[in-house]
Amino acid sequence: MAEQVFKRTKGLTERPFHYCPGCTHGIIHRLVAEVLEELGVLEKSVGVAPVGCSVLAYDYFNCDMHEASHGRAPAVATGIKRVLPDRVVFTYQGDGDLASIGTAEIVHAAMRGEKFTTIFVNNAIYGMTGGQMAPTTLVGQKATTAPYGRQKDHAGNPIRMSEMLSTLDGAAFIERVSVNSPANIRKAKKAIKKAFEVQLEGKGFSMVEVLSTCPTNWGMTPKEAIKWLEDNMIPYYPLGNFKSPEEVK
Amino acid sequence: MLNEQIIMAGFGGQGVMSMGQLLAYAGMLEGKDVSWLPSYGPEMRGGTANCSVIVSDTPVGSPIVTEATAVIAMNRPSLDKFEPVLKTDGLLLINSSLIDRKANRNDVKVLEIPANEIANELGSGKVANMVVLGAYLEASKALKIDSVMEALKKVFGPSKEHLLPTNKAALERGAEIAKNLK
Amino acid sequence: MAKVLMKGNEAIGAAAIKAGCRFFFGYPITPQNELPEYMSRELPKVGGTFLQAESEVAAINMVYGAAGAGARVMTSSSSPGISLKAEGISYIAGAELPCLIVNIVRGGPGLGGIQPAQSDYFLATKAAGHGDFRLVVLAPASIQEMTDLVMESFDIADQYRNPVMVIGDGMLGQMMEPVELREPKKRDLPAKDWATTGTAGRNYRNVINSLALDPAELEKHNLKLQAKYREIEKNEVKYEVYNCDNPDIIAVAYGTTSRIVKNVIGKCKEEGINVGLIRPISLWPFPYDVINEYADRTKAFLSVEMSTGQMIDDIKIGANGKKPVYFYGRTGGMVPEPDGIMAEIKKILGGAK
Repeated sequence: MAEQVFKRTKGLTERPFHYCPGCTHGIIHRLVAEVLEELGVLEKSVGVAPVGCSVLAYDYFNCDMHEASHGRAPAVATGIKRVLPDRVVFTYQGDGDLASIGTAEIVHAAMRGEKFTTIFVNNAIYGMTGGQMAPTTLVGQKATTAPYGRQKDHAGNPIRMSEMLSTLDGAAFIERVSVNSPANIRKAKKAIKKAFEVQLEGKGFSMVEVLSTCPTNWGMTPKEAIKWLEDNMIPYYPLGNFKSPEEVK
Repeated sequence: MLNEQIIMAGFGGQGVMSMGQLLAYAGMLEGKDVSWLPSYGPEMRGGTANCSVIVSDTPVGSPIVTEATAVIAMNRPSLDKFEPVLKTDGLLLINSSLIDRKANRNDVKVLEIPANEIANELGSGKVANMVVLGAYLEASKALKIDSVMEALKKVFGPSKEHLLPTNKAALERGAEIAKNLK
Repeated sequence: MAKVLMKGNEAIGAAAIKAGCRFFFGYPITPQNELPEYMSRELPKVGGTFLQAESEVAAINMVYGAAGAGARVMTSSSSPGISLKAEGISYIAGAELPCLIVNIVRGGPGLGGIQPAQSDYFLATKAAGHGDFRLVVLAPASIQEMTDLVMESFDIADQYRNPVMVIGDGMLGQMMEPVELREPKKRDLPAKDWATTGTAGRNYRNVINSLALDPAELEKHNLKLQAKYREIEKNEVKYEVYNCDNPDIIAVAYGTTSRIVKNVIGKCKEEGINVGLIRPISLWPFPYDVINEYADRTKAFLSVEMSTGQMIDDIKIGANGKKPVYFYGRTGGMVPEPDGIMAEIKKILGGAK
């Protein structure tokens, strides 16, 4: 009998994803779910879903879930974690949610060193609402509300959340990863695992920023999208660790 | 039937608010219906501070005093502001240490108390409020000095118990003056 | 327990802790600051958590999370802050979570002022956020009643899985009166088997949610909410009827204003005018039936408010055209004076002859 080399993680429900073909949300969901399963914390996890493409994340993660309002996932997670300090709490948020409408919430959760983990999916666009400009949209990149491309004199330069949050003492672990290649996917999983471990050790706030593609709203094939991410996003949003527990004061 | 509607006023730091709270507390200890209402907002710092206290045998309706049975004025602006609010035959207590004018009303009972001078004689300028409160208690016969002392004991707690004798002396000196002015 | 003299804002905190509330999330705003200050001092002593949030918006969403995790939780604010919380309140109502929101109302609109007002009646009873939902709104008139209602509000919230708003004003928040913390009448409260506590020990997932993309499903959810609201309307109407045996006119007033009206009733009596008072204690559900019943026994109603007339519509619904409904109010932080109310009453009664 052949050896089973891959199976669905218990961290995901059997509900089929609604994500567009080529979207990397599915990979990121799986990585988070695998980590929760491997750490043996699935039964004591509470996830917080955002508003954005991953609004339905509560249907997919096989643990208790709380659907937050737009941008407020870190505040909701704060409420949950303060009530249940021995549970594993995470937020799953996109760039519009975390870096635009919810900037105050993520900054202050990190400042307080809230002991939950944030998975920040950065695809440089508003996906669910139809490709509008995000705070992370690159200069020159076209969006439905930036039809001539983002102009830096008009909309400013895109925001680098990992760098910004890593300046806060309460942030214990911050890393930016990408899911554009098998090697990077493995690295992403390692970072996600580390982030949850930091939470389990009670060291403070942890976040993994995942560079992700949006072929639909970028107007590309999935393959072109991966290439565009490599050529344009990674140079502006460099991969790597910005904060690790050793630096925590 | 007891229905005292008192306005106490002065500048910040004269202990006007705590004097009012003590009176309300003492009223509660005697089983009366009471309320204490402060003025609040930016004017709480620097300007005049005032509170309204009601001590009554019947349930307190509005805690706002619009027709006072007694006004305690600890400084000049307070006298100017609240003298007109006093009912006919009401009681007007003037801190004559700091107020350089006489009462304008002649349809009310006026007591001039040199509260700061007496407090200084007692060794603590801080108890000027207690001197006036003692005078008020004697003149109105609203509540007993003992009740105020009991309230003070609860408010102070063990850490400030050593302050009780001075406060008691202040209340008694105030009462004495009110008695002699009759 | 012996009575103690307490400031309204602090009494709310004491009552909440006594009721088992262990979590408070808030943001500073006048005139309710004594409440978060009290909670920051007292909650740690009982193993609870006080957290000053970065904003009103964050505070209500922390409440949303904590309530979802099964805790007895509250927040407090004053009018402009409640406007900011509106989004979160709608989510909490949609997801059917219990919590207490205290609104120590100040004059508006906009930044307004900080003096007592009742101009959040619309906000509290009609539109505390988007969507078809209701808050249970309780309006105490004394510090004792404030503690009683705060304690009961947690039970009401748990029983119906619905947010409750206790509404006061700066005067009630700042004044002191004797209080005794009294247990409310015991209610049978359902287990919080819906809370997001982790799936350990159960074979189902709990999801706190207010999203339903399928309109048929969302309509069904709304109808379920409405059925719950009808149940609350049946069980939770609270009011006081005062001096209404043979009234020339009945004043309708709540909270601070009702106390002023009580003074007016005494003054009117001296002049041979008999004024009654109906005091809604629950602003939602509103005591429509009581108004309707007393419409047969009075010549007119007078709504007395610290607003430009927000409750008058509800009184008219209750009176259902049987008797005229007049209005007297002050606004912007001005408190109605007894003489002003009395003059209005005389004017109405004179005109009615």
